[in-house]
Amino acid sequence: MNHPIECHALAKRYGDLAALDGISAVVPRGQVIGLLGHNGAGKSTLIKLILGLIAPSGGRLEVLGQSPWRAHALRRRIGYLPESATFYGNLTGRELLDYLARLKQAPGAQIATLLDRVGLAHAADRRIGTYSKGMRQRLGLAQALLGSPDLVLLDEPTTGLDPQATRELYRIVGELRADGRCVLVSSHLLAELEPHIDGALILRQGKLLAAGSLHALGEQAALPAQVLLRTREQAMPELLARLETGGLSAQPRPDGRLELQVPRASKLRMLRELLADPAIVDLDVREPTLAQLYDWLGAGPPSNAEAAA
Amino acid sequence: MNPILTVAAKEFRDDFRNRWTVALTILFALLALGIAWFGSAAAGRVGFTSFDTTLASLTTLGAFVIPLIGLLIAYDSIVGERDDGTLLLMLSYPLSRGQLVAGKFLGHCGALAAATLAGFGFAVAIMQWMQPPEQTMQAWLQIARFILSASLLGASFVGLACLISVQTADKSRAAGLALVGWLVSVVLFDLALLALLVVSGGNPLERAVYPYLLLLNPVDVFRLVNLTALGDGAGNDLLTGMTAHHVYPTALLYALLLGWAVAPFAWAMLAFRRKEI
Repeated sequence: MNHPIECHALAKRYGDLAALDGISAVVPRGQVIGLLGHNGAGKSTLIKLILGLIAPSGGRLEVLGQSPWRAHALRRRIGYLPESATFYGNLTGRELLDYLARLKQAPGAQIATLLDRVGLAHAADRRIGTYSKGMRQRLGLAQALLGSPDLVLLDEPTTGLDPQATRELYRIVGELRADGRCVLVSSHLLAELEPHIDGALILRQGKLLAAGSLHALGEQAALPAQVLLRTREQAMPELLARLETGGLSAQPRPDGRLELQVPRASKLRMLRELLADPAIVDLDVREPTLAQLYDWLGAGPPSNAEAAA
Repeated sequence: MNPILTVAAKEFRDDFRNRWTVALTILFALLALGIAWFGSAAAGRVGFTSFDTTLASLTTLGAFVIPLIGLLIAYDSIVGERDDGTLLLMLSYPLSRGQLVAGKFLGHCGALAAATLAGFGFAVAIMQWMQPPEQTMQAWLQIARFILSASLLGASFVGLACLISVQTADKSRAAGLALVGWLVSVVLFDLALLALLVVSGGNPLERAVYPYLLLLNPVDVFRLVNLTALGDGAGNDLLTGMTAHHVYPTALLYALLLGWAVAPFAWAMLAFRRKEI
């Protein structure tokens, strides 16, 4: 067994509609991988394929060394948090975990530990119907960790969570990574996801746009860094002209600062020059974000023209 | 523990918590006692009447009520989980789709059987206690047969409910279909048979086929199991009169009832296996 997830030319068709087409990727052990894409890009289909709930129409998929389709026993080693599940409102948190632990043949001793770990120990004996959205998501995370799975799939885990709860969730995700487990997180919230993932799979209309570590993807895209400048009063027109002759076009921003796009290759040289410039009183460097990378890849929802074609 | 039993135990417990089982037990007990007490009001008497008559009335009533309850208790078993977003969660656990449906089926059947046993058992115990002359082995066997056949009838409709639940896209549609299923099997089927009898005027071919047509409906099989055993004169002349010339082997009736209890459920399992999630 090499990697927790390996797929080659994986395809899933519903009638004439190709939900996934020609996906080839590897998800390595001990990493947190973001699964990104607009609605309908194929994220859910890929998750269902990994869980073995639907059969691939073509290609090869191996999860933890075997084909997942109808491999019930394999699912003991996979944890899954579905998107916006309400669970069973008439059970208490502890009863739900007890039921699910039996199904997964996980040791019952884990239940109390997990409830504690996600911060639900105080509410364990309350009915799930009385839980807030955030508590329900945390309970969902607890059940995904039953049986210490090697692979954890989190589908939009932070929808409806407050910032504190989101941080808690990613802290647990970090613990899983440190434990050598593989975590696949699907999310729309790129800025929030970015600091917590090692790599990404970016889907668009059923095709894999990009896959790899964030660093490699950044190198590949070679997006410019953004530099924001605050200038001395009255010095701005003069500075603008000077930058113009240097081949850089700066845009004034509504907050009175200037915005510069600095190519990756010349970033350090440019910064030294700018720092030495007496007209500049403050400077702010922003590296390209996951969201910009995403835009650069054209991973947004298909335009109308494309959809019609 | 086997995943089927785990799911079944949860559904069984849920039916108790939702007060389903308790409400049904009380309903069955009240119906049985009411029929026993007021059953002969038309004849000008009030009080416990003959045990056979009571059972015959209970059979007629059970044939209406038990299918409805079987459908209501289980129509949302799969489609409800889909609505709540827990279906994908359940299927991501190490159990097959067939095991999930089987567990739900067994759990609901168990709850319905428990309610039947407790409700009717309680009522019969009271009747027996009030009427010392009826305290016979025969009476207890009859009530055992009634409870067993009622449970099998219930299973048949729980299975039908599972099938509806697997095949529909949302809860309200499933509820509608369940009511249609009840109407067809409990009311329209018998009406259609009666119409057939009237129109054909009872020609020989019709007479030969009619007893077998009855076997196509689990509700009628349930009636036959109980009423043929009670014999004539117990207030069931309509049904027994129409089939008087036909003798049904008891074993065949039980086998058919068992078949009817399993068939809709088996269909539901197959349908769920093939379903795209």
